[in-house]
Parts: sequence; C-alpha cells; structure tokens
Amino acid sequence: MKKACRGNLPALLFLFALLILWQLGAMELDAAYILPTPVQILQKLWELRVPLFTVHLPATMGVTAAGLAISVALGLLLSVAMDASPLVRRMIYPVVVASQTIPTTAIAPLFVLWFGYGIWSKVLVTILITFFPVAITVYDGLRSANQEMIELLRTYGAGRWAAFRRVKIPCALPYFFSALKMAIPMSVIGAAIGEWLGAQSGLGYFSRRMMTQLDGAGVFAPIVLLSAAAMLAAGLAALAERRLIRWRGESL
Amino acid sequence: MLEFRQVSYQYPGEDFDLIDGLSFRVAPGSLHCILGVSGCGKSTLFRMVSGLLTPKAGEIRVGGAPIGGHRRCCGYMPQRDLLFPWRTVWENVALPLEIAGGFSKAERRARAEAALADAGLDGCGDKLPRALSGGMRQRAAFARTMLAGGDLLLLDEPFSALDFLTRISMQEWLLDQWRRTGKTILFITHDVEEAIFLSQSVLVAAEAPIRALAEILVPAPMPRTRACLADPAMAALREELIGRLRKQVEP
Repeated sequence: MKKACRGNLPALLFLFALLILWQLGAMELDAAYILPTPVQILQKLWELRVPLFTVHLPATMGVTAAGLAISVALGLLLSVAMDASPLVRRMIYPVVVASQTIPTTAIAPLFVLWFGYGIWSKVLVTILITFFPVAITVYDGLRSANQEMIELLRTYGAGRWAAFRRVKIPCALPYFFSALKMAIPMSVIGAAIGEWLGAQSGLGYFSRRMMTQLDGAGVFAPIVLLSAAAMLAAGLAALAERRLIRWRGESL
Repeated sequence: MLEFRQVSYQYPGEDFDLIDGLSFRVAPGSLHCILGVSGCGKSTLFRMVSGLLTPKAGEIRVGGAPIGGHRRCCGYMPQRDLLFPWRTVWENVALPLEIAGGFSKAERRARAEAALADAGLDGCGDKLPRALSGGMRQRAAFARTMLAGGDLLLLDEPFSALDFLTRISMQEWLLDQWRRTGKTILFITHDVEEAIFLSQSVLVAAEAPIRALAEILVPAPMPRTRACLADPAMAALREELIGRLRKQVEP
C-alpha cells in the first residue's frame, strides 16, 4: 500500500498543482457561473449530496452497468466469432469499424425518439461507443495466441475447443483486461452523453439542468462524481487483473 | 517401430516436393539423430508423424499400424519448451493426460509428479515455469512428452537454445533417460557433434528435396561418455559429416 502511494505521488502532486492553478485563476476571473473554483465545486457537491447520491448517481450507474455488460458480452461474442471463422471476420470487421465513424452524439437524439426517455436509449449510446474496443482488442488477443502451443496440444489429440480453452483464452485474458479498463470510462461517458441528450434523471441530465440555470459549480459537481465513479471501477478492474494474471510480461 | 513408405510432402503454394518418395525404418528401442542443414525439411518429417501435416503420398506406420487412426502414437517435443506460463509446472506436465481425458485430478497430479521426479525435477511441480532455468524447462518439457504416451519420442532440436555447458549435460541426461526407459527416440539436430554423441547411427538428410536418409553407423559403444568424441574414428566421422553438409549449403 505504501509503495502504491509512493508510485502515485508524482501524479498526485501534479494534480494538486493544477488544482491550485485553477483555484487561483478562477478566483482572479471571478465568474463562478462559467468557471467555478474547485472549492466551490466541492461545496456544491456537498450541498446537493442528497439528490446526487440517491437519485442521479444510481440512475447513471444503472445505465453504465447495463451498457457495459451488454458491450462486453457483444464484444466477446463478435471477437470469438471473428476468430473462429475467416468468413465471419471478413463480414463483420469492416462493419464494426464503420460503426465507429458514426458521430454518436449526432444521432443519439434519434435513439431518444425511438426508445423514449427511459433507460434503453442511454444504454444504446453506451453500447455503441463501448463494444468496439472490447471486440477489437479481444480479437487481437485471440489472434496473438501462440500457434505452436495449439499445435502441441493437437499432437496430444486436442480438438478445437480444448485448444481454445487452454491456449486462446489465457492468451487473450490480458487483452481482455486492457479492453475492460478502456471500456469502463467510455461507458460512463456514453451514459452521460445519453442523459445529456434526453433523460429524466442521471448525472448527465443533472449537469445539463444546472447549465440552463447558469450554475457553473452545479455543472461540474456531477462531473466530478462521474470521474470518481469511473476511476473507482477501473481500479477494481485493475485489481481483478492483478489477481488473475500472474504471467504478464512473459514472452510466449 | 517407425516406418516411412514412399512418403512425399509438398507445402501448399510451393511447386516442388520437399520430401520426395522417402522410405526408411527405425528399429524399436533405438536412438537416432536426423542430421541436416536448417530448412531442409527435417521438422516436416516429425510434423507428419505427429499428425500435424498429412503426406501427399505414401504411408507412415508406427508400431506396425498406419498413423491417422490413433493420433497419440508418439510424443512430440518441439524446439521451444512451450511450457504454458499461466500453469504451474505439474499442470504443464499433466497436459497430455488432461487432453486424453479419463484421469482424475489426483491421478494426473501423481503421474505428473512421478514424471518430474524421473526427470530430476522433484519438488518443482508447484512452481511457475518462469522459476525454472533453461535446462530445467527442457527437462519439464521432456517429462510432458513422456506422458504423451507411445513408445516413440520425436525430439526436434530440443537443446539448441541452451548454452553449451547446459547442452552437453542435457545430452548425457538424455542418453541416461533413453537407457532407463527403453523408448525409441528420434532426435533432430543440425549440430554434428551432438548427432554423433547421441546416436547409434546418424540419419543424414544429405540432399534437398529429401529422397533418402543415409544411415551412418557411429563407431562407439553405448553407454558413452564425452571422452569418445576424441577417438580418431569419431573425429574422422565428424569431419566427413561436416563435409557432406557443407556440400549442401555451398553447391
């Protein structure tokens, strides 16, 4: 634990310096409705703690969790299918890449029209921007699996599934965690964008409402909460990764 | 034990046969090295026997029966040890049993530990492969090959990545293992000294494509020590073999 603190010390110091700079700059500018100081933001967070923590944070986390879960499932499914069959790969890969050229924010209002103000329009935005890194990264991981190891198992009489389970999955696992660590912040962003565009609750929605009231600190407060939640989730994923992968960094 | 009958092989996308009408046989319980320059198709022979490649023509028989029907007819040990870094040593060694199925975990563990003990690796079962030295990793890979079943072992340059001193002690260790287990061993190498030290007779792949393996008897009795390499007959054999191989590299 001590070691981890020392490892993060430069980052913390730098962040602290930036915050002080921000504080001084914002105090100098003295226009809290567009640039609140970090202290004002924290005060606002405290003032609004009841609606933020009981209504809006759970709503956003619900969208994030649903979007992330579906994205991971969809991404894994696509990557395994592309790895298993070259035909599927040629069919899906270009479509998957093309899906990322769609400016999600521009068409997200349509999702609201199609699926209404409920959770699913937001989940769809989240999926659209999150499944891609999972599908592509895990696919690369499956491709990177050591062919010689698979051949060795074949000389023992292993079939396709036996080799997949024993070589491909372990080889792709580090890639999966990289994908997960990318997907978590992206799913939070996706949920916030979705809510920004049309919702009845959620941190993105709340931030936007504060915007219309020219409450600068009120805009930032839910965003601080969002980042904290994303960092916490990414930290948990990193922890799980360290538990599961003892061999990272070893050449195959 | 192993017999090739008029076997040919052509890699897809190439317009010549890498192996052309090759016939040879290996007696049970013998140890032969197949000697040839890099890229001449030695490994292709092993890949056909282990079922990874299918010959274009001809027949390969192991223990009197054509291969194909029963795939686990031999233990194949590739050049790199290929120990899975995410498995402990005993789990690596038990892989062939796990694939074959029909063993409980306790049985697999017991057999893997016994194979490790035979290979001089007692007490290493619970380590991860990265904790082992190069020579120990090769011995673990050998123990895994022993559990792959079959009385025929195909070793494809297993010691080529080791440093010189480790390599010669591994060669002595392998001769010892061969004497104790009575398996038939085919050993691919491009190292002439290694070939004549290990073999009863060396099988030389002198031409490309491989049409025949020239069998050359090694004039030294088994069991051997490295002292026999200094024998004039052995030195002459070594020079002769080097001459043959060089002819192939510089036509």
